[in-house]
Amino acid sequence: MIEFWLIPVVMMLVIVGLFPPIAGYIVLVERKVLADMQVRLGPMRVGPHGLLQPLADALKLLLKEDIIPRDSDKGIFYVAPILSMFTAFVAFGVVPFSEQFRIADVNVGLLVISALGSVGILGIVLGGWSSNSHYPLLGALRSSAQLVSYELAMGLGLVCGVMSAGTLSMVQIVRNQQTQGVWYVFDNWGAMAPAFLIFFIAAVAETNRSPFDLPEAESELVAGFHTEYSGFRWALYMLAEYGNIFVVSAVSVTLFWGGWLRPFPSVGWLEVPLNYGVPFLLFAGPGIASIVLLAPKLKYAPHRYGMLVVGGALTLVGAILLIPAVNAVAAAPFWFLLKVAFFLYVMIWFRGTFPRYRYDQLMDIGWKVLIPLGLGTIALNAVVGMI
Amino acid sequence: MDVILFTFFALVAIVGAVSLVLQKHPISSALSLVSVMVALSVLFLLLGAEFIAAAQLVVYSGAIMVLFVFVIMLLNAGAERESRKGGLAQFLGLPLTAILLVFASYVITQSMSNAKAVKFGAFTGGGPREVGWELFTRYLLPFEVTSILILIAIAGAVVLARKEID
Repeated sequence: MIEFWLIPVVMMLVIVGLFPPIAGYIVLVERKVLADMQVRLGPMRVGPHGLLQPLADALKLLLKEDIIPRDSDKGIFYVAPILSMFTAFVAFGVVPFSEQFRIADVNVGLLVISALGSVGILGIVLGGWSSNSHYPLLGALRSSAQLVSYELAMGLGLVCGVMSAGTLSMVQIVRNQQTQGVWYVFDNWGAMAPAFLIFFIAAVAETNRSPFDLPEAESELVAGFHTEYSGFRWALYMLAEYGNIFVVSAVSVTLFWGGWLRPFPSVGWLEVPLNYGVPFLLFAGPGIASIVLLAPKLKYAPHRYGMLVVGGALTLVGAILLIPAVNAVAAAPFWFLLKVAFFLYVMIWFRGTFPRYRYDQLMDIGWKVLIPLGLGTIALNAVVGMI
Repeated sequence: MDVILFTFFALVAIVGAVSLVLQKHPISSALSLVSVMVALSVLFLLLGAEFIAAAQLVVYSGAIMVLFVFVIMLLNAGAERESRKGGLAQFLGLPLTAILLVFASYVITQSMSNAKAVKFGAFTGGGPREVGWELFTRYLLPFEVTSILILIAIAGAVVLARKEID
């Protein structure tokens, strides 16, 4: 009886408490990966290899002066970023990290997520409007047009997955993938792959990520809808953006990539190498590498010891994951988070690869390419799925 | 718990609706309408109509209200000035509203006199499966007719919005 409410409550506290620092570290990963793609080093000063940079950034944002434009609509200016972050965080409520680690199993889970996404647009639009300034207003107009258009394409992609799953509950979708013995992205003899691509492209546009980051195009609109925001309110917008990215990745993992299931979940003999080997290699490998390779090269002593501590901690986590009791609980969320991390990486990869689209190109892709293709894949999947 | 939630969100809906009328600025009115829609969707959820609740959020608070706000921003509508009140409205407004409310509640209680009180959680047919089943069997004709009606409206909007080509 205790467990009935204990896990959801603890999960809620963990997500609300841990997501802000995690978002900070996602930003660090993004800066590091982009730097690597552009043959730079990225942040290196705060902590060994810039590992403490998110803390410094958070401190800076908290202490910054909170500037509110004199002619802005104060009430809406206050509410808008909160609305954005609220919808992003509530969406975590229906994301299943594993069979046990989830907050709620709603029987219309996918719809709840898309509903929260569409309400979240209001946060961006109102933020841009209430600033009473030209660039934010243009950014807000663009974003509302963009998000409304791409929501449709995203829905079409989701429908394909739901047709295979036969349910909208996020937990049940993953269970059905286990019983049907296929991750839905590989379902219907490959007819589902285009559906996933449509969903993912639309999702990138929905979260205002490059190459669809027109609402905050810095070369033309300064910073788009959040130009007038500073300090902590701006941080709320950033938090909401990374929250949305995480949720969207989680939805694609849950619906198309098997959720918390390991690869080949029905092949019994792979359990030990995959559930024990992969986590150990992924944690202990970089841990030992940073102790042996990275730490000796650092000349500044605190950085060197810091690197040793980080490497030791990673190795320790890898070793803890080898304990059978821990592994039985932690393997499922590990696979889920690993897949989500992969899609986060793909989004960063996009940012480093594609130039931003022009506004008319954006609308063309949404209405003339993705939506007809989406309707086509629905028809295709309906036919192939029936065979 | 259900009664507390119901009272709270019903109050939110009513306050939102009143504030929608009283607000001077169109954007504030639109926001009030959003709060009404969200409160309504929670009420649907309390009654066990999960699908309708989520659809309410997606369609009304999401898509339609965003378009409202978009249009208000595009037209750059400012705060409204209060127009001079007509003499008749000033004196008869409140009494007439009261009479209307009393009359409406009388008619509703009369026509629904044999209705039973709603029990929270008693209704379980609100999931997507049940709604879809009903839509595609019992209500197939109205459903298809509505979709054709919407299609005609979309085509009409496209024709009206298209630039004149000579």
